[in-house]
Amino acid sequence: MTRTPRSTLLRSLALGFALALAGGTAAAKDVELLNVSYDPTREFYAEVNQSFAAQWKQQTGETLKIRASHGGSGKQARSVIDGLEADVVTLALAADIDAIATNGKLLPANWQTRLPHNSAPYTSTIVFLVRKGNPKQIRDWSDLVKPGVAVITPNPKTSGGARWNYLAAWAWASQEYRDGGKVVDFLTRLFKNVPVLDTGARGATTTFVERGIGDVLLAWENEALLTLSEADTRDKFEVVIPSLSIKAEPPVAWVDKNIDRHGTRKQAEAYLRYLYTPEGQRLAAKHGYRPAEPDKVPAAELARFPQVKQVTIDGAFGGWKKAQAEHFADGGFFDKIYQPK
Amino acid sequence: MSSHALSLPRLKIPRFRQPLPGFGLSLGLGLAWLSVVVLLPLAALAIRAAGLGLDGWLRAIQDPRVQASLKLSFGAAFVAAVAASFAGALVAWVIVRYRFPGRRLLDALVDLPFALPTAVAGISLTAIYSANGWVGRWLEPLGVKIAYTPIGIVIALVFIGLPFAVRTVQPVLEALGHEQEEAAASLGASRVTTLRRVVLPELLPALLTGFSLAFARALGEYGSVIFIAGNLPYKTEIAPLLITIRLEEYDYPGAVAIAALLLAASFVCLLAINAIPSLFAHEKRSRRRE
Repeated sequence: MTRTPRSTLLRSLALGFALALAGGTAAAKDVELLNVSYDPTREFYAEVNQSFAAQWKQQTGETLKIRASHGGSGKQARSVIDGLEADVVTLALAADIDAIATNGKLLPANWQTRLPHNSAPYTSTIVFLVRKGNPKQIRDWSDLVKPGVAVITPNPKTSGGARWNYLAAWAWASQEYRDGGKVVDFLTRLFKNVPVLDTGARGATTTFVERGIGDVLLAWENEALLTLSEADTRDKFEVVIPSLSIKAEPPVAWVDKNIDRHGTRKQAEAYLRYLYTPEGQRLAAKHGYRPAEPDKVPAAELARFPQVKQVTIDGAFGGWKKAQAEHFADGGFFDKIYQPK
Repeated sequence: MSSHALSLPRLKIPRFRQPLPGFGLSLGLGLAWLSVVVLLPLAALAIRAAGLGLDGWLRAIQDPRVQASLKLSFGAAFVAAVAASFAGALVAWVIVRYRFPGRRLLDALVDLPFALPTAVAGISLTAIYSANGWVGRWLEPLGVKIAYTPIGIVIALVFIGLPFAVRTVQPVLEALGHEQEEAAASLGASRVTTLRRVVLPELLPALLTGFSLAFARALGEYGSVIFIAGNLPYKTEIAPLLITIRLEEYDYPGAVAIAALLLAASFVCLLAINAIPSLFAHEKRSRRRE
């Protein structure tokens, strides 16, 4: 009585295992790619993956499975350094991929020169999201340091997006004051108006949109557009474009060590180059990112991106390595801004 | 009952067999399991911390921002553990001594903070206590801010610490029985005296154990706190968050330095917990001898 069910169970387990093995070998012809990305690209890459896999199947007959992992950009970079076998990384800032190059030695230091536009197939910029009707009359960066204005931004130490926010404010202040001390003073006053430092961009958006805290959210344009495209939040917020902002370039790179081990170099490179094709650029625009090559996208799709005066990280800050060391490393400007009084 | 007792001598009493095979095997498996799950990660941490050297470690710990976060973490954990002990003892008392509809439910609810992902707890607490939340909207006009202040941190820590306090006191209360209290009352002791002289001394070891567990847990708590803390450096930034921040800066030694300190503190707590019963056993023995 007790024997039979158990041996049946064992046999079926063994059978199942054998089948799984057979299935595994049969499926081994399918190629898998792992794209380790940051948080707000979830919907965008879901569409890109589907569309690229279809095209790849048509061209090569090969079935390509693309998996995506999303999370805070810095955390994702650390996972890759610690052994998450990403074939490609598509992160929020070059500093995070630099870290993979220097701390993990998984790709060459000059990775950013391998693809057009600094390896950033799409860009975004930092805008202000304010409550409908803009009750505090926030028009530009100078309004953010006024007493009684609460600014929501995540912590630049934990959030890649927040570093763009911070640098955008810095860029505006350096143009306005042309004096280092005054710039630091401006940022100090700005961060005094920050009542909550969330650890990531999505958390900050929740604080502002759901909890109703703060008068202005420093946001990526694509996140702001997403908030405005959702039915239940559309009528509660509006976007304010500041007089000067920064060109946020979320870069992409294939991870050489991993793709050589997986034998996926061909697919990984094609996948990232696909982002520069008209279809890749169109999908980026659809999801609120500014295409790096706008001429490939129908003009109607670009109408939602207003003209913004933008500085670049290379032009205004001498590249991410320098910006990272000067501003966000331990003892950098951000720590000075947050000294106890 | 008595017929059973009478028939006992006729039964063959089987040799007592341990349900687990072989002391050696059980111990070996147990230790191997413990090593992989607990000791290995701890050893890795210890080795990395040792690489820092005492100098490097002290320097990392003495950073003013680290100091501020440690003060906050230890302080908030202490206050929360005290509060959780009081509230926990009360809840345990109610569950054990009173019969009322919903008692089972309350008993089950106590474990909820164990089961709930801490981030969910943090987000819910923030939703309740922030300026437009259910509770926060009534307190805010009175000038009481909870979310994004140390008070919010303490509330989150009480929430996750409460089950420890309840679950350590509850079995002791169940074993205690009413007799001593009845005896005290019959001798004319007031409620307060009974509580102070009869009940509390019996509960004290359990209370202290619950307190230490809640404290150790609160010290390392991350998920439920970061949503309600506000995370402002020098003000509401907890030590575990600073560990994450150091990691984000790829400053592994800096992260390890703080982690090692928290770990040591928790370890001391757990050691203290293990010492508590023998401490009190000794005291009882000496009291009896008097």
